Amino acid sequence: MTQAQLQETANIPAHGSEPKVTHWREYFGFSTDHKVIGIQYLVTTFIFYLIGGVLATAVRTELATPEVDFVSREVYNSLFTVHATIMIFLWIVPAGTGGFGNFLIPLLIGARDMAFPRLNAIAFWIIPPAGLLLLSSFLVGAPGAGWTSYPPLSTMSAGKAGEAIWIMSVLLLGTSSILAAVNFIVTIVKMRTPGMGYNQMPLFCWAMLSTSALALIATPVLAGALILLAFDLLAGTAFFNPTGGGDPIVYQHLFWFYSHPAVYIMILPFFGMISEILPVHARKPIFGYKAIAYSSLAISFLGLIVWAHHMFTSGTPAWLRMFFMITTMVIAVPTGIKVFSWLATIWGGKLRLNSAMLFAMGFVSMFVIGGISGVMVAAVPFDIHVHDTYFVVAHLHYVLFGGSVFGIYAGFYHWFPKMTGRMLNETWGKIHFAMMLVGFNITFMPMHKLGMEGMNRRIAEYDPKFATLNLICSVGAYLLALSTIPFIVNACWSWIAGPKAPDNPWQGLTLEWMTTSPPPVENFESDPVLATGPYDYGMGSRATQVDVPFSDARDPALSAGPSSALRAEPDPAVAVHPDDRQGESHNR
Amino acid sequence: MQGSTIDPSKAELNYHHEAEVSEVSAHGVEHHDYRLLGVIVFLIAEGMIFLGLFTAYLTFRAVAPSWPPAGTPKLELLLPSINTVILIASSFVIHQADTAVKKDDVKGLRTWFGVTALMGAIFLCGQIYEYKHLEFGLTSNLFGSTFYVLTGFHGLHVCFGLLLMLGVLWRSLKPNHYSKEHHFGVEAAELYWHFVDVIWVLLFLLLYLL
Repeated sequence: MTQAQLQETANIPAHGSEPKVTHWREYFGFSTDHKVIGIQYLVTTFIFYLIGGVLATAVRTELATPEVDFVSREVYNSLFTVHATIMIFLWIVPAGTGGFGNFLIPLLIGARDMAFPRLNAIAFWIIPPAGLLLLSSFLVGAPGAGWTSYPPLSTMSAGKAGEAIWIMSVLLLGTSSILAAVNFIVTIVKMRTPGMGYNQMPLFCWAMLSTSALALIATPVLAGALILLAFDLLAGTAFFNPTGGGDPIVYQHLFWFYSHPAVYIMILPFFGMISEILPVHARKPIFGYKAIAYSSLAISFLGLIVWAHHMFTSGTPAWLRMFFMITTMVIAVPTGIKVFSWLATIWGGKLRLNSAMLFAMGFVSMFVIGGISGVMVAAVPFDIHVHDTYFVVAHLHYVLFGGSVFGIYAGFYHWFPKMTGRMLNETWGKIHFAMMLVGFNITFMPMHKLGMEGMNRRIAEYDPKFATLNLICSVGAYLLALSTIPFIVNACWSWIAGPKAPDNPWQGLTLEWMTTSPPPVENFESDPVLATGPYDYGMGSRATQVDVPFSDARDPALSAGPSSALRAEPDPAVAVHPDDRQGESHNR
Repeated sequence: MQGSTIDPSKAELNYHHEAEVSEVSAHGVEHHDYRLLGVIVFLIAEGMIFLGLFTAYLTFRAVAPSWPPAGTPKLELLLPSINTVILIASSFVIHQADTAVKKDDVKGLRTWFGVTALMGAIFLCGQIYEYKHLEFGLTSNLFGSTFYVLTGFHGLHVCFGLLLMLGVLWRSLKPNHYSKEHHFGVEAAELYWHFVDVIWVLLFLLLYLL
């Protein structure tokens, strides 16, 4: 049944006047529209990603040879510190939650905007100044104590100004993250379209709910730690200074109470996005909806109680190490549930291997490698062996680059038509994917071996026996850096002159595809009504008359509504179980 | 009215026009409800900052050979006890404001909020007086550092609570701004004040009594 027929049978007018479209100038100013803010987040954080990438390339240039020849040791310390800080706080976290979360959540739940649009704008506009502040530290001596900023290293007199700037900038970014989390929680809990219970939500919403809960609980603790650190640095207190009775381990506990959950803040949104992308391009219902949804919650909970596994070598008592080792390994269970569900989703599916799908599958495979090395470092004896070596560097990059960044690109390719109203060029997308996958593995795979053989991280100068592998890593890093070029060219060119995108180029069933590309200012003319579940692909054998509870007598607001209720146009091959959707109009 | 129901800046208009409120969809009717949830969720985050600081304090204390460290002058209890009583009492006073506005009594709202703000200001003055007369400073020892950071951070929250109350008072001067049905600002300020109060009681227990 086509949209027109649906509208005719239901006797409702088509979209009345032309939908209001967002003017391009709005993207350069203050706006409260969640779509504008989402794109502002994505573009801004992408610029920071490029800056962080330049820093990373500089780091790899220095490490291409065993000697200190490219930059001085101090500058090297600043390079990897600022690289890590940018990539974590200004790229992955804000791009995943702020960027995709903002753009998608209201569309996916059928709302017109976030719960607090002005708060949303504030949360975004904290980010560019905070990022510039961080970069400005290069003028006064950038921080060089690593992104963990452990005292007493970070509170020693050298680089004081840079450290202070680092603290200030991370505090600002944390504030932004908390404000965004409040907004997401309220939006998802309170603003779902009538008929969308928690178990009809697209999986990205579950992921964002879990992420936001984590950000809400963990980020303030980091703020507390940074406030104390700032007092140590600037006011002469001794919270973390043993000579004054303080304890540097307290900082580590507080820091990792945030920064361990932070890795889930960095990966959960992409778990959610992958759960959206795989079924669409495999043309199959997601396997184990509830398992994926609830495993996100399980990961959030477990993520909050495992932080001390970063501190196995910090004098943590043995019994405590055992607790943290076991809980850490338990996280592999919900994560494994997700991975197996994704595999079962694409198993036997009719795969469309376009760029979005390639990046999604790249995400799953690279993340699994990172996950396996993660289980390895969860084991105390192994962790003590590889602590602060390149094995850890390899592990975290497989999870955060092979995971999150592949996830971001999968999302870019999948939702670009919806965001911009233009299609991306698939050939360039595939070149981008191939270069990135190869470059990424050349860069980070040898680091496993380097780490196991004992190469320390955070050093500018190393034993010449590691020279060959390091050179390979550096060459890979250049390829990785170059792989960004096809993407930038493709994205810029397509945004300006790409072919016009249809409303639903991938034949998706979630609500964001039921509105125009790009969506009009308030997304939907009125509350959309769910005609199918979010993942009911190819269920042709169960075809029945599409029978939507359009004028639901139990909902006066809906039946009295003056305008058309927009609804999901089902895939021709898709049917709706009449008893699947009807009784659930108001279970919230 | 389509679409103006989600943006609180526009929803504000709806508050005062019953006819329009009835017209909005299921989303819009709930906005009062969802804004309050936002405040509660935000207070959870605030609570976590204090929880982190409390945990740090308790750890320092547990590890230290003696607490407070030898040579720390004893804290005077009289002034902070009076301050605590004032703050606890102000929580009941601000609740009266909420009761008043639920009876459409905006004048009562103003009076009770004014009294609460006054009590908050007295609390702050008391704290400043205490700071001036304490015989240890921020950097004298670890106890001094934790004491000033924890109480100072709480004091900042009292200031913010006062600002919230002044904001509500200023808005209540506008005709028909708050009514029986629409008094989100009042409830938010009240919740925030209760939060500040609870944190103070915990602080008082930790720093002065235990």
